[in-house]
Amino acid sequence: MIELKNVSKYFGERQVLKNINTEFVQGKVNLIIGRSGSGKTVMVKNLIGLLSPEEGEILYNGRNFNLFTDKEKQEIRSEMGMVFQGSALFDSMTIEENVMFPLTMLTSQSYSEKIDRVNFCLERVDLKGFNNLYPAELSGGMMKRAAIARAIACNPKYLFCDEPNSGLDPKTSLLIDELIYEITHEFDITTVVNTHDMNSVITIGETISFIYEGTLAWRGNKDNVLTSDNEKLNGFIFAQPLTQRIRELS
Amino acid sequence: MIKNFLEIIGEYFIFLGKVFTKPSKISEFSRKLVDEMNAMGIGSLLIVCIVAVCMGSVITTQTALQMESPWIPRWTLGFTVRTSVVMELCPTIITLLLVGNLGSRITSEIGSMRVTEQIDALEVMGINSASYLVLPKIVSAVIVIPMLIIISIFFALIGGYITVIITHVSSPYEYLDGLTAFFRMYDLVYVLTKTTIFAFILSSVAAFYGYRIEGGALELGKANVNGIVVSSFIILVLNLVITSIML
Repeated sequence: MIELKNVSKYFGERQVLKNINTEFVQGKVNLIIGRSGSGKTVMVKNLIGLLSPEEGEILYNGRNFNLFTDKEKQEIRSEMGMVFQGSALFDSMTIEENVMFPLTMLTSQSYSEKIDRVNFCLERVDLKGFNNLYPAELSGGMMKRAAIARAIACNPKYLFCDEPNSGLDPKTSLLIDELIYEITHEFDITTVVNTHDMNSVITIGETISFIYEGTLAWRGNKDNVLTSDNEKLNGFIFAQPLTQRIRELS
Repeated sequence: MIKNFLEIIGEYFIFLGKVFTKPSKISEFSRKLVDEMNAMGIGSLLIVCIVAVCMGSVITTQTALQMESPWIPRWTLGFTVRTSVVMELCPTIITLLLVGNLGSRITSEIGSMRVTEQIDALEVMGINSASYLVLPKIVSAVIVIPMLIIISIFFALIGGYITVIITHVSSPYEYLDGLTAFFRMYDLVYVLTKTTIFAFILSSVAAFYGYRIEGGALELGKANVNGIVVSSFIILVLNLVITSIML
């Protein structure tokens, strides 16, 4: 489990995260939702240690991440997988080399063990046979799936996804959501997904933290997100004409 | 402005501190080092040779034009060409050429990795991205660039020889006699010292500007220009300092 206690983050004078208190549960898909610029990505970057909060604590199973020694940080990072918004695959490497990279750098497995694991991960994300292609030769959805394969290669305990559906068509988005959901439950991972995709919210949001202008404005799950009377949340959820129409019809 | 300048200097040394740490996987470091040496050495060899031949040819022609007096010994042409090429032209001009070629490649490569979050991906995996990406480039540059300079000196002297044969400004025998006249081994030590320092500056400054990019394609372009301008400036200033100290 990951807990945030009174987390605040500043960029110069500007406060981007304001006293955030929330938690992300093990074995569940935990969504962070909010408008662009609300502080979602900053929150995820604080969670994975790319940024440090000025105030508050980020607790991994009760231990404060910011008080970890460099070695402890390195250890816990080897238990993390991250899917970046732009996939962040290494463009000079093939898909196979990309997925194998964390295994090479973080484990002492033999080549045959690594290649078995790579093939398993690629098969799991439905990219079997694409081993020797380069990222530039893949579609956006395939790149996201390859990034997921790389993220799960080292059997992570924590999986972070920064807007995994951005730039994808609705059908591919659903496939990515399903994949994240299945992997989370299959490997009992604490998954944190940063999104503003409404399909993701109502299909895989087992816990949902809604961030509004840097504050945690609402916390719930996919079952009560559509029936909440929180005005800020409703302003976000029902912003599109399509969702407004659905609300009127229901 | 001074504060800004001092901040950048400080950032540069902190960056070097991150770069010069023990690689987490020696095998991976070795593989990357060989790749880098191949890309830097083989990739730049042709352009270095062509420029060196042209430079040697031009310096031979220009020097010959200044030596029409019968009082000047004929071997002076070869001697002057060798001294100019070995001591100054190849180490400095070819390094400046490599700043544009290798330096901008390093800045672009690392900068685009920063922009596309590939460096963040390395950091999240618990890998020291500065050491993993930059150390092989610096070590490779420090090994390969002095070699390229030695090769360029050879080709510049050949360029001069070809010019002598074609234009008859001197006899080939007198040119070759001049090339070997008053040769000091210390000159070679001076050249190798200078180019090793230049190689370090070229690769580390280029990598630094690529690594610290914040933003997108526009910043990548600016970083490229800044990397080239700053490393060229430092190399020219260091050239003056090293020459004053060593000669």
